[in-house]
Amino acid sequence: MAVNRNFRTCPTTGLVFHEPAEKLMRWNAVVAVVALLIGGVLAIGVLLTRWQAVHLLQADLFYQFLTAHGLNMLVFWIIFFEMAILYFASSTLLRCRLATPGMAWVGFWLMVVGALLNNYAVLRGDSSVMFTSYAPMGAHPTFYAGLILFAVGALIACFVFFGTLVIAKAERTYHGSVPLVTFGAITAAIIAVFTIATGAIILIPTLLWSLGLIEHIDSLMYRTIWWGFGHSSQQINVAAHVSVWYAGAAVVFGAKPMSEKVSRTAFLLYIFFLQLASAHHLLADPGLTSNWKIFNTSYAMYLAVLASMVHGLTVPGSIEVAQRQKGFNNGLFEWLRKAPWGNAPFVAVFISIVGFGFLGGISGVMMGTEQLNLIIHNTLYVPGHFHATVVIGTTLAFMGLTYFLIPVLFRRKVAFGNMATWQAYIFGISMSGFSVFMMGAGTLGAPRRHWDISFAGNPFGYEFPATAWLMIALMGIFGVGALVGGAMYLAITVYSVFLGEKIQTPDFATVSAKRGMAPAPQPVAVGATGHGAGVGAWGMVAPGTFVLALVFLTSFVLYYFVNWKYLSTVWPLR
Amino acid sequence: MANTTESNVPGDDVLEEPVPAMQQLLDNPFLLLFIGIAVPTVLYTIWGVMEIVNLPIAK
Ligand code: HEM
Ligand SMILES: [Cu+2]
Repeated sequence: MAVNRNFRTCPTTGLVFHEPAEKLMRWNAVVAVVALLIGGVLAIGVLLTRWQAVHLLQADLFYQFLTAHGLNMLVFWIIFFEMAILYFASSTLLRCRLATPGMAWVGFWLMVVGALLNNYAVLRGDSSVMFTSYAPMGAHPTFYAGLILFAVGALIACFVFFGTLVIAKAERTYHGSVPLVTFGAITAAIIAVFTIATGAIILIPTLLWSLGLIEHIDSLMYRTIWWGFGHSSQQINVAAHVSVWYAGAAVVFGAKPMSEKVSRTAFLLYIFFLQLASAHHLLADPGLTSNWKIFNTSYAMYLAVLASMVHGLTVPGSIEVAQRQKGFNNGLFEWLRKAPWGNAPFVAVFISIVGFGFLGGISGVMMGTEQLNLIIHNTLYVPGHFHATVVIGTTLAFMGLTYFLIPVLFRRKVAFGNMATWQAYIFGISMSGFSVFMMGAGTLGAPRRHWDISFAGNPFGYEFPATAWLMIALMGIFGVGALVGGAMYLAITVYSVFLGEKIQTPDFATVSAKRGMAPAPQPVAVGATGHGAGVGAWGMVAPGTFVLALVFLTSFVLYYFVNWKYLSTVWPLR
Repeated sequence: MANTTESNVPGDDVLEEPVPAMQQLLDNPFLLLFIGIAVPTVLYTIWGVMEIVNLPIAK
């Protein structure tokens, strides 16, 4: 079979696109955005029901919406987008042809069919089991079958990614080690393989059980293995969006990682330890010992958290160094004040880093502690936490990447002037408020996945404190802001891609590389040369970032101890 | 732009220094893949499943 060796060099960025890989990136990105649209429309119903003052949907419809919202957002939007990132990080960044594009298309279509089938199951109305689908609560067989097909498709894509790494090495399209962003993508793909295999181990028997071929699924066994899948898939996101942070710093500032060694070692810590944190979902489950719980969540998870802090420090640090070299070298924070606050990818990545660290990271460590987990288990605190990680952290980073990719991948200008920048602010700030107030309501005991916390008409009720109600109202208001921000993203993206102003490239040509050879190596257009010389203050190249890190650590420690104090009042030892 | 750095990038066959062990690990995606699957499979999945399997059945 003839191998397509046609490449295109992007005239603005110098990035090289292999024709079939480019098409796959486009299709995966487009389908991802469709999933985000569906999930976003469903979010309207979910939000306006949880906002007790509005209480829009009936109970059964609420749970149906909630199930589909979780799946379309957490699984379909994010993973389709990640597939595009994997192809970008392998084929484009290594300037290499994609391995077996045919298989990649098989994977893509399996994912599409799987996503459709799963949505069909939820639409039927008999599969409102939430995305966790805890046995013995059963869904229609198409629910599990859809997820399995989707997972198999994603697994194929991961192996196309690894295959491309092999080809790049064999055909020597790069020298030495792969770029850091590609290394981050490798981390994501490795976690993905574990995630998907674990998903198959639990979902295949559950499918057989829903078909009546297996008698019984043990609920604790289900939960333990399922979370190896459900939690690890969130770690694919972390590895992917951290890679996007590095890419963002390189693209916007020409920043180079402060230390390749340190950043790569941090990714290595992810590979070793990140997935073990799955155990934090089982901290309140009986049957598993504290040894297992504490080893997996504390000792191991803290090493992964350490890695996240390294990334959260080196990305802003590299930006600081790049800015100081450009002359913004005064005081501690001139580099930050003079940052491009009107540049949409920068704003998105910046809010993503800060929100992920301060809101998602700190709350995650708190609730991952076995004792403290009791305060917030199954409350709104939990979705509050993960809207900070997976929405502010991952989704917003991907939004920023989209604004960079629209001109590069689709050769169209980002439409509506600086609305993209406004979008990043509105979405980022509203989502932060939404998460914070959700966590606030959760700390006061308001449960998650609960249709009506007023218990109207029920024989047994519970009075939540008035502050909890206030928090939920504020959550509702900020949630509406986030919906507006999400709608702006969809409007900008869809309009730009299909109707946006075309970018003209007069001498554009697709180059065919000879067999066994990729296009002549060029320095990637981004990335400054040499750094560290003569910038900084206090004997440090990035003192501003150091101060920010101290602020972070102080908030971290304070918050952690406040919660221990709080625990002692919730559960007094007399 | 293309030609400025090309000459001083060493080809991987003309490296003089031996590659450090840590870098060899980081440069080997399949070894990393193995680690990334083996570690959680043993410490999370197998250990967890063994604990559940060994729970005494209620009478
Ligand atoms: C404007 C944007 C969004 C709004 C207003 C919103 C709102 C909500 C609300 C109110 C809940 C219900 C919490 C509960 O009752 O327990 C929820 C659940 C959830 N959301 Fe979102 N969300 C948004 C975007 C996203 C995005 C982008 C993602 C993922 C990338 C996401 C993932 C989830 C998940 C996984 C759940 C949990 C479902 C479950 O408990 O089974 N959301 N969201
Ligand atoms: Cu988790």
